[in-house]
This record gives sequence, C-alpha cells and structure tokens, in this order.
Amino acid sequence: MTAKTTKFVQGNEACVEGALYAGLDFFAGYPITPSTEIMELLARRLPANGGKFIQMEDEIASMCAVIGASLTGRKVLTATSGPGFSLKQEALGFAVMAEIPCVIVNVQRGGPSTGNPTHVAQGDVNQARWGTHGDHAIVALTASNHQDVFAMTVEAFNIAETYRTPVILLLDEVVGHMRERLTVPEAGAIPLVERLRTSVRKGVDYHPYLPRDDGRLPMSDFGGVHRYNVTGLFHDMWGFPSDNPGVVHGLIRHLMDKIENNAHRLAHYKTYHLQDAETVLISYGSAARSALHVTENLRARGERIGLMELQTLWPFPAEQVARECGHAKQVVVVEMNTGHMCQMVRAALGPPARVFLANRMDGVLITPTDIKAHLRLIAGRGV
Amino acid sequence: MTQRHRIVFSGSGGQGVITAAILLTEAAVLHEQRNAVQTQAYGAAARGGATRSDVIISDAPINYPKVNQANFLVCLTQEAYAKYAPLIRPGGLLLTDSRFVTTQRKVDAVQRELPMYEQVMEKIGKPVVFNICVLGAFIGLTGVVGMDAVEKSLAQRLPPAFLDMNRGALQLGYRLGHND
Repeated sequence: MTAKTTKFVQGNEACVEGALYAGLDFFAGYPITPSTEIMELLARRLPANGGKFIQMEDEIASMCAVIGASLTGRKVLTATSGPGFSLKQEALGFAVMAEIPCVIVNVQRGGPSTGNPTHVAQGDVNQARWGTHGDHAIVALTASNHQDVFAMTVEAFNIAETYRTPVILLLDEVVGHMRERLTVPEAGAIPLVERLRTSVRKGVDYHPYLPRDDGRLPMSDFGGVHRYNVTGLFHDMWGFPSDNPGVVHGLIRHLMDKIENNAHRLAHYKTYHLQDAETVLISYGSAARSALHVTENLRARGERIGLMELQTLWPFPAEQVARECGHAKQVVVVEMNTGHMCQMVRAALGPPARVFLANRMDGVLITPTDIKAHLRLIAGRGV
Repeated sequence: MTQRHRIVFSGSGGQGVITAAILLTEAAVLHEQRNAVQTQAYGAAARGGATRSDVIISDAPINYPKVNQANFLVCLTQEAYAKYAPLIRPGGLLLTDSRFVTTQRKVDAVQRELPMYEQVMEKIGKPVVFNICVLGAFIGLTGVVGMDAVEKSLAQRLPPAFLDMNRGALQLGYRLGHND
C-alpha cells in the first residue's frame, strides 16, 4: 500500500481495502450472505498483513472476540448481515457500556429473520440505533458507492478509536455485491486515528474509567502493565460495579454526551443541486444511487430538485437536515424500509413541513421510475 | 447524448453468467478506463434457478446500477429467455444459444441464435468454458469492449494452466459472433 491503485471490486472488497488502510489487525466473524466476501477476503489478506483472522463458532462469539482483541490494543472488525446482527446486539451493548472501540459491518438483506438473503433492504436502520437494550448512543455510517464505502470504513475506525465506541457500518446487498471502480489512495492521504493511551506508568494506579477534562478516557492495553476490571454493569472509575445513583447517572450521561455532543463532527453527508431546490430528496446507501439518477435526470429537464445523501445515519444529523431542507417546498425521503429515516426527517423539520416517503421493500432496488412516480403523485399529477 | 450500453446476461446458476459479466465489466474499467458497473440477482441456491447479471458501460457517471431496458440481452436457458426477453429495448440485440433456447416470440430486436455450446463441445470438449465462448460471441457481435481488454482480464483472473483453453473459447465465440 504505497502509491494509489485502481481496482475493480465489489463493495464488500472496498470495505476490506478501507479496513486494511485504517490499520485493521484483528477480525473475527461468521459468514453470512451478503457480507461473506468481507470475511473471505480478510481470511487471505489479514494474516498476510501481520493481523489475526478467526472464524468463530457463531456471530455472538465473533462479537465477543473482537471486544477482547480491542481491549488488548488491536483495531478490530466483524462483519455480518441481519440475522447475525441480531445475535451481536447483546455484546454490542457491552462494547457501548465498557467503551470498547470496534467496527461492525452489517451488509443489509431482507428481514425479519432469515428473510431474503440475496436481496437488498435497508430495514436495519432502527436496529442499528436501538438494537441493544437500554439508553445509549451509537454511531452508524453508510455509503452508496465504492469510493465512499472505502472512505466511510476508514472513518468508522477513526470514530471508534476517537470516541471509544462501537461504530456500525450499514451497507446493503446492492452496494456490497455491486462491482465498480475503486481508487485506493496512497498511504497517508487519509489521516488515521490511533487511540489515546494512558501515560500512567507501571506500578502507578491507572483509573480506566476516569474521564479527563475533555471527557476522553485514555486506554491501557489489557494484559499489559495495568490490571483493571471491565464489566457490562454500571461501574466506577476503577471499572468495578456500582449501583450508586450518582455513578449510574454520571456514566449514562457520559455515554450519551460523548456522541451526541459531537454530532456535528460526526455528521457526514453529500449534497447535489440543493441551492435552489424546491424538492429535496433525502436518501442513503444504494437507494441514493437511484435518487441521484432522478435528480440529475430531472435537473437536465429544468426541474428544481436536489439531493441530500446521508452518510451518517446515527447520531441523526437533525441540524444539518433542517439547514439543507429549510427552504424546500417538499422533502421526499427515498429508502428501502417502512420509513426509518423519514420519521427522523419529519421530527427534524417539524410542522408544517411536507415530508413524504418514497420506498420499496420487496427485495428490489428502488428504481428511478419508482421515485418519479412518487414525485408525480406528490405533485398531484398522477403517475 | 453520451453513449450508454445497458447489458443483461441471463441463464442458470452455475453456467458462468455472472463471471462473464464480471470479465466484460472489468475489461471496460481497468483496461479501457471507462465507467462501468456490474450487479447481479440470484437466489440462495448455488446451482440452478434463474440468474441475471446487469452491466452498464458509459462515458458518463453511472448512478442507478441496474438495467430496466437492455440494449443487449443474452439468454442461455429457456427459463431466462421467458423471463427476461421483455427487457429488450426496441432495436436492441438478443443473443441466445441455439441448444438451450428455442426462440418463440417476435421481439422488436435483432435476434441472434448461435450454436455456442455445440461449438465449444466440438472444438474444445469442455463445457466449463461455455460462458467464455458466449462472452467472445457477445464481443464479436457488439464490439462494446475490445478483445484486447477482455483478454487482459482473462489473463489476470485465471490460473495460467487454464488460460489457453479459455482464450481459445473466447476466440471461438468471437469468430461465431463476428462472422454471423
């Protein structure tokens, strides 16, 4: 990885390239369509790069293995799809509570249950937000093309290491399996974040959960010079369980605030033709490709339409959506579920905003024709 | 108006339909520096079932990656023909294999039925390279990507021991398509 290289790859492979670029050195997983290529490629690439690859007995064990490896100082990844993502939720909550950096890729397929394994869906958006129990904050990113899959994968690692949090990368079957060009930038072109490590020396008390003034918690590689406790229970600054109401309240506020207070730094999105747009499409993942197709097509015919493509889904970029869509006559959310992001857009814009859902959830990528039909209906012109 | 080729390869799982589509698209992207996107639709089974792979090759950026109306449609089974023949754009080209597909309906397109499977079995004797022969015939008929570029893709993707046989199948197909 020195000079930049052009490749012809699947989205799943673009994710692998991004992870290796970001410094991935531990992967544990269990194969599942449509994410399997991530694991298959890393089985070859990661050991050759000096990293460790383990196929675990199931998705739960995979999630636990990456948590353990991250504590020892590794940059870690696991990859799955809907059914496996469901299994990972409990351990994902542990990673939230114990503040363990890790990246979880969910290449979405149709659900619930085993659902529609080889077909596209975006039905796990709310699961990414609220799949694990209890109040918590989470980061979830997505992408619609391979260059962005690469960039968002690198960003996922950077965010995980900066904020000591799990980061979910929500891809989908179309993006994961589609093949197109990827240019891997030269080493150093994208800044990489290494986690903050404690300067406390051996033999001196290290408080693993004592935030600095800026709210950050320096880590000490587990198994190294410091002994400390890690638990899923509410815990004090030594990492030992506590039900002291002050400790409990302080920790839950800390877990929320470290993400929510940085929402503006975490908000990634792209805009197309928004300056004078009367109709704004909001979309993400593979659906955004169809939305962009429609935007370019109708612009060429003189219609005042624009697109806001979300790349950060959680924390939801409410302020950015309000700013970009404030002047629109109508906002149409294009997604392949029952309206997970549409709900958030409605809440962000408030009444009397005209927010509509243009969706499809039959395993087929929403087409430009579908979107145009929705737009005509909204305009009262019939399909 | 920029030029945009919308191509669908269809057949049965295991025939190599998706592989042929990948080789074609890769040749366009890596060896001709063009914009191209390849997607696929298939069921959970590894063999059998209708398989389809869509390819778009264009001078302009490609956003929506699927093909709703194909300029070029390749059908390698009767089931695929029945299912996907309606996708053909008026004036497009429909390529079928004369052993596997009996064309029935009249479509507003140029129909080419070539004995690709029969020729592969007669000249090479290995059905495994049928898909590469189809790819060669497709290039011979349409010229959407250069043979040089496709041969480079073959050389990159295949183990050297199998390269000659595949190159032979590609050229066999090319001659069938080009002379037709």
